[in-house]
Amino acid sequence: MTTTEQNIDEILIPILEKVSDPEIPVLSIMDMGVVRTAVIEKDMVKVQITPTYSGCPAMDVIGDDIKSALKAAGYDSEIELILAPAWTTDWITPRGRKALEDYGIAAPLNAEADISVLLEGKRLVKCPQCGSTNTRLVSQFGSTACKAQFQCDDCQEPFDYFKCLK
Amino acid sequence: MKNKNLYNYILGIADNSLILGQRLGSLTGHGPSLETDIACTNISLDLFGQVRSYYQHAAKIAGDNRSEDDIAMLRKEREYVNVLLVEQPNTDFAYTMARQFLFDVYHLSFLQELQKSKDLTLSAIANKSIKEVSYHLRFSTDWIKRLGDGTAVSHQKMQEAIDGLWTYTDELFHQTEADKAMVAEGIGVDVTLLKEAYYEKVGAILEEATLEIPESKWFQKGGKKGIHTEHLGYLLAELQYMQRAYPNMEW
Repeated sequence: MTTTEQNIDEILIPILEKVSDPEIPVLSIMDMGVVRTAVIEKDMVKVQITPTYSGCPAMDVIGDDIKSALKAAGYDSEIELILAPAWTTDWITPRGRKALEDYGIAAPLNAEADISVLLEGKRLVKCPQCGSTNTRLVSQFGSTACKAQFQCDDCQEPFDYFKCLK
Repeated sequence: MKNKNLYNYILGIADNSLILGQRLGSLTGHGPSLETDIACTNISLDLFGQVRSYYQHAAKIAGDNRSEDDIAMLRKEREYVNVLLVEQPNTDFAYTMARQFLFDVYHLSFLQELQKSKDLTLSAIANKSIKEVSYHLRFSTDWIKRLGDGTAVSHQKMQEAIDGLWTYTDELFHQTEADKAMVAEGIGVDVTLLKEAYYEKVGAILEEATLEIPESKWFQKGGKKGIHTEHLGYLLAELQYMQRAYPNMEW
């Protein structure tokens, strides 16, 4: 995991952990790995966030939510959107992956397995409802840019799979 | 403007994504099935996201209070420098996917080179976009194969689409003045070097899809110089409507 590039003041972590992804409300932006920097400089918190996908419409909202969470804790802040290094699904924390699964979204597989399920029709993605891997791809694109649509052939439930991005 | 070449160079990249994004976006609610509808609009969203980064960068270089919205929305037809391929209409789903495929193969190889750019913003945008465009290419390639190697009707339609769009492929590899200047500075990609691998890759996939590689050697050009097909004007009328009707609104 490339979390070494993160630079977040410890005192800010509990505040930022309360900010959730507006499209996946069970997931904190910290567990998503989109906050790269949050440091107190004088009386201002400098925050850098990075988008999961370029067109992610949630970024503006996330920026605003961070601002108001910090404000509520007594900090003024400055939000900057950065592109490099590019976000990868490897930055989702183990706790974040669990939150996804509990919410009904299958967490990303590794890059190789991801290609084999999306391109070669391999059945490897675990259904978040019943745990079966007897699942198939319905569409490479899902309800948001980061997800693909799957269906479980055991419990028949359709579900989202969070695509691997590396 | 101090760095006119760089500005023009960025528009050359971004306009392709803007116009293709608009084409795909107009399928919202009109795709042949829910899944393909969502896929096309997802791809559109990725392209618009990339476009914003490019235009923000261009606006900074222009340095004259121009905003990303101004660049995207307030130019005239002749000032758009996208390739003709991306402005071609969504004639049918075969055309939509053939256009996507013919562009995606180019787009991915272009971004792979742009990553090495000395302009760190361009290199960062490229690096970010590659991940997204890889998915686009997977999707369009899948449909080329599925329709090409599908039923007699789907095969015929896909062949017609490839034949119809083939004439716009060569332009992808034409160099503009801004291209040449930026290649010399180590900022731009020499597109002429991408051509051979492009036709090899496209050819291999068409073959796998049981489609014929068009033999025609006559190619259209002009988009990169602002000389467009009749389709672009209509697209811009729709794209620019809000900004013209309600000046200064923001994305």
